[in-house]
Amino acid sequence: MALLEIKDLHATVGDREILRGINLTVNAGEVHAIMGPNGSGKSTLAQVLAGRELYAVTEGSITYDGKDLLELSPEDRAREGVFLAFQYPVEIPGVSNMYFLKAALNTIRKHRGMEEYDAMDFLNVVRDKMKIMKMDQTLLNRPVNAGFSGGEKKRNEIFQMAVLEPKLAVLDETDSGLDIDALRIVSAGVNAMRAPERAMIVVTHYQRLLNEIVPDYVHVLAEGKIVKSGGKELALELEAEGYADLYDETEAVSRV
Amino acid sequence: MTAVSEQTGAWLELFTNQLPAPAWLAPLKNAAFARFSELGFPTTKNEEWRFTNVAPIARTKFAAGRQGVKAAKFAKGPIQLAFANGHLVSRPESLPKGLEAGSILDDSAAAMQHLGKHAGFDENAFVALNTAMLADAAFVRVARGAVIEEPIEIFFLTTGTSQATAVHPRVLVVVGADAHCTIVERYVGTGEGVYFNNAVTEIVAGDRAVVDHYKVQQETVNAFHISTLQANLGQSATFASHSISLGGALVRNDANTTLSEGSDATLNGLYIVNGTQHIDNHTKIDHAMPHGTSHEVYKGILDGKSHAVFNGKIIVRKDAQKTDSKQTNKNLVLSDNAVVDTKPELQIWADDVRCTHGATIGQLDGEAMFYLQSRGIGKREARSLLTYAFAQDIVDRVKVPALRDSLEKMLFEKFHEHDQ
Repeated sequence: MALLEIKDLHATVGDREILRGINLTVNAGEVHAIMGPNGSGKSTLAQVLAGRELYAVTEGSITYDGKDLLELSPEDRAREGVFLAFQYPVEIPGVSNMYFLKAALNTIRKHRGMEEYDAMDFLNVVRDKMKIMKMDQTLLNRPVNAGFSGGEKKRNEIFQMAVLEPKLAVLDETDSGLDIDALRIVSAGVNAMRAPERAMIVVTHYQRLLNEIVPDYVHVLAEGKIVKSGGKELALELEAEGYADLYDETEAVSRV
Repeated sequence: MTAVSEQTGAWLELFTNQLPAPAWLAPLKNAAFARFSELGFPTTKNEEWRFTNVAPIARTKFAAGRQGVKAAKFAKGPIQLAFANGHLVSRPESLPKGLEAGSILDDSAAAMQHLGKHAGFDENAFVALNTAMLADAAFVRVARGAVIEEPIEIFFLTTGTSQATAVHPRVLVVVGADAHCTIVERYVGTGEGVYFNNAVTEIVAGDRAVVDHYKVQQETVNAFHISTLQANLGQSATFASHSISLGGALVRNDANTTLSEGSDATLNGLYIVNGTQHIDNHTKIDHAMPHGTSHEVYKGILDGKSHAVFNGKIIVRKDAQKTDSKQTNKNLVLSDNAVVDTKPELQIWADDVRCTHGATIGQLDGEAMFYLQSRGIGKREARSLLTYAFAQDIVDRVKVPALRDSLEKMLFEKFHEHDQ
């Protein structure tokens, strides 16, 4: 059974339809890249998977690990192992990273029937993962994302992913705003998380991230639909030829 | 006029039934009662009381606060004065050099010099009433140049019983030039019945003195709490007031400070209300002389059908050039039925000044909620966490570690209990 099965997914924001019939199957252990031009619906798909209420699903289904994902609240999805690395991580002044992440981890552990961590256990768990992400430990005492640089925020997202150990990780434009060094650190963190029991969906506009995180499959999203699927070489084709041709082939009618 | 005399008439009995006051105090009390009788309780037609209707206080017949309640179990600070229903029940056994902390009756000469001289009762009926009913008061005096490290806690315990009682807590703090001290006023209520705490605090800070004042109000949900703080600052004196309001059915705090040349005033506040609680914070910062600075941050969290009022008056007088003043009021509204009225009131008569103000009324940030939820944190806990975070920066400004810890604990419990 596939870990994730999306069938004919339609989603709207307000009265605007953004996703117009997405079909996608992801198995455990696979890394799928979703590429596409701006406004194609990539981020919407990522947010819909995480349960953002801003978007209304009007048609279709998402089955995750045998469950109807759309029936679950955002927190229950997270507890079941869905993780979204945000394109724009939210700043939360007044809540320390440490408190936040410990609360998140313990909620998820409790849900999985595991014992909750005390402060010492927690520190031991996070220490190694911070090293991988080349993050300073003082960051734990700072408020969540507040005053972080763009790169620090993205590293913090992948660090959270490493701590929470999801089954399905959705990375929304994790490469945006990163210089090449930061991109390598973030990618190394992601690659360290690749495992037979874990799937990843990597949403990106650019091919350069996929040099670092090499996907098993690449899908091209345009105007709310997957218009092309292939192996990792598809990303290179797109890099060379751009997205322009896609519209001509598939959406000429609707664009007129 | 009829209405006024009806309301104040009930108080005449209480006023005349008091134990005889010392000769030095009686004239002040008599004058105050006369003024109270003229003023009567304010109505919402009075601009200063537009959003706060004190009719529930005006129409209640109160008895005097009962004696014989022990507050000893609350005594935990090393320097603490404890009052139970207005009566001084415990005082510190020893005091550091340079500090007096006791009753105004201990030192009438010093008290006479300042009592009623700072918190005027010409305009404010509640201050007039407090002064008229004054029987005992906390008196703190710090000698010139003395630095008192330990906070001086003044504790007011009030019990609500079947008979509604009125208590008029009074504090006088006189800080000499170059002296430093920290004052913590705590108001705690017990019992089910209605009671009325009508408090007045006068603080005089000498030149270059540094005074931190904390007021933590945890009255019961059936209590009326009206308070006036008046702090008069000497040249280059530094004064900070932190007002934390958690309890009470009907609460009005006036925090006023008058600056001299080069003085620095901070007025911070946090109010957390729920149910049908009403909280009104009026502040007045009077820049009377040049080169003064003032900073003000009041934050409120409202739930249920609560109502909060903030009125921040800043006066910059003609001579007060080079004044620098900043005022902020932020409100977090958690329900659809809570109401906030916020009003900056700037009166600027000097031309070379910098005054800024801002007020916000908002709800919890939806994106932050989603971010927390997307990490597995439940909706309720996410709500508590963000609400707590909103209050956090006021609590962070509390410099007394024990007080800060207890506030953190209190808030944490409050927002989690709120979830149940």
